[in-house]
Amino acid sequence: MDNWTFGITMLVVGMGGTLLTMWFLSLLMGVLKKAFPYKKEEEKKSS
Amino acid sequence: MLDAIVNGLYGLIAGFSHLHWSNPIMIGVGGLLLFLAIKKDIEPLLLLPIGFGCILVNIPLAGLMEEEGFLRTIYEAGIATELFPLFIFIGIGAMTDFGPLLENPRIFLLGAAGQFGIFLTLALALALGFSKLDAVAVGVIGACDGPTAIYVTSKYAPHLLSAVSVAAYSYMSLVPIIQPPIMKILTTPEERKISMGTVKRTVSQRTKILFPLVVTVIGGLIAPQGLPLFGTIMLGNLMRESGVVSRLTKASENEIANIVTLLLGISIGATMDGKNFLTPQTLMVLCLGFIAICLDTVCGVLFGKLLKVLTGGKVNPLIGAAGISAYPMAARVAQREGQKYNPKNFLLMHAMGANTGGQVGSVMAAAVMLSVLKGMGII
Repeated sequence: MDNWTFGITMLVVGMGGTLLTMWFLSLLMGVLKKAFPYKKEEEKKSS
Repeated sequence: MLDAIVNGLYGLIAGFSHLHWSNPIMIGVGGLLLFLAIKKDIEPLLLLPIGFGCILVNIPLAGLMEEEGFLRTIYEAGIATELFPLFIFIGIGAMTDFGPLLENPRIFLLGAAGQFGIFLTLALALALGFSKLDAVAVGVIGACDGPTAIYVTSKYAPHLLSAVSVAAYSYMSLVPIIQPPIMKILTTPEERKISMGTVKRTVSQRTKILFPLVVTVIGGLIAPQGLPLFGTIMLGNLMRESGVVSRLTKASENEIANIVTLLLGISIGATMDGKNFLTPQTLMVLCLGFIAICLDTVCGVLFGKLLKVLTGGKVNPLIGAAGISAYPMAARVAQREGQKYNPKNFLLMHAMGANTGGQVGSVMAAAVMLSVLKGMGII
């Protein structure tokens, strides 16, 4: 594979892949927050 | 008798007679690193052992990096096997509170944008004639994360290890100087004044415990080549958040991290042998590393501006600059710059969220990069 193809592939797939992975993780975090919402009692317990 | 005395005396000056022209220069470089660590307090935990290691390895005839030399033994045990960066990652995970990031998960995206400099620099290095794997090692300086840079470079371009690690750690400590001018150029005074309000504590402990598990499993399935990187961070974080292994957590963030930092630093310094280090390639690596961190900041701030538009002006683009791995320096820079234009603005916790996102982002970007390389059959 020539350097030009390699560079473009890394730019597109690398940047895109990182962004998509982080976006997917942010969605999962949102789901987790909804599934296990914060309760006031936790704050009382920890204090 | 006289011959024996002369030979004995020669033994005492042999070190001087074997000095290569590059050795005194590198001893000076080591001295400079020690000066920065001791006098200027710049990353002393790393620069001090690196500087001293650099001095040690440039003293001829000691053979410290030759077979059975003590520095070679440490290097082989921890750098060649990639264990030291991974031990450091367990400590980082144990020290990091991902709470501010979990409060506002969309900030995760800033942690991704802050890594774009890796890929842009990789392309630039290729254009400048670096080989594919060398370009990967140079690009990874843009992760702004020493252990990640060391992990990737020691694996795929070990001959660049000293230049890459010195660049990674030096520029990381220069973040407070490098970032503000870029932040100022790319944002308007009105944008810098945007207040993001206070961060409310809305994340349950269960979410905090599940976070490292989810990142490990999902991240591992997407980018298995980088699993050692984020798997170790997430192990450290799980120990912290579970609260049931406080002895292990404390050991990871103190004793283990301290010992490994010492050994890591001295073995990185030991790779700075003058004959190998003083080359035009090293200079190019240092220049490209600087560009990488500038590009990270540019991409982070521009993505912050995009988020500002998408959220109807609720995001201050300055926190985009914190989407790199230099923790907590980058977050403090965003806070300081924000307060310059709006003294009542308190961006720190939001910037901390972006900054911890940058920590996950940097290892994830490296993991994605390695998996893409594997997919293309390069590694």
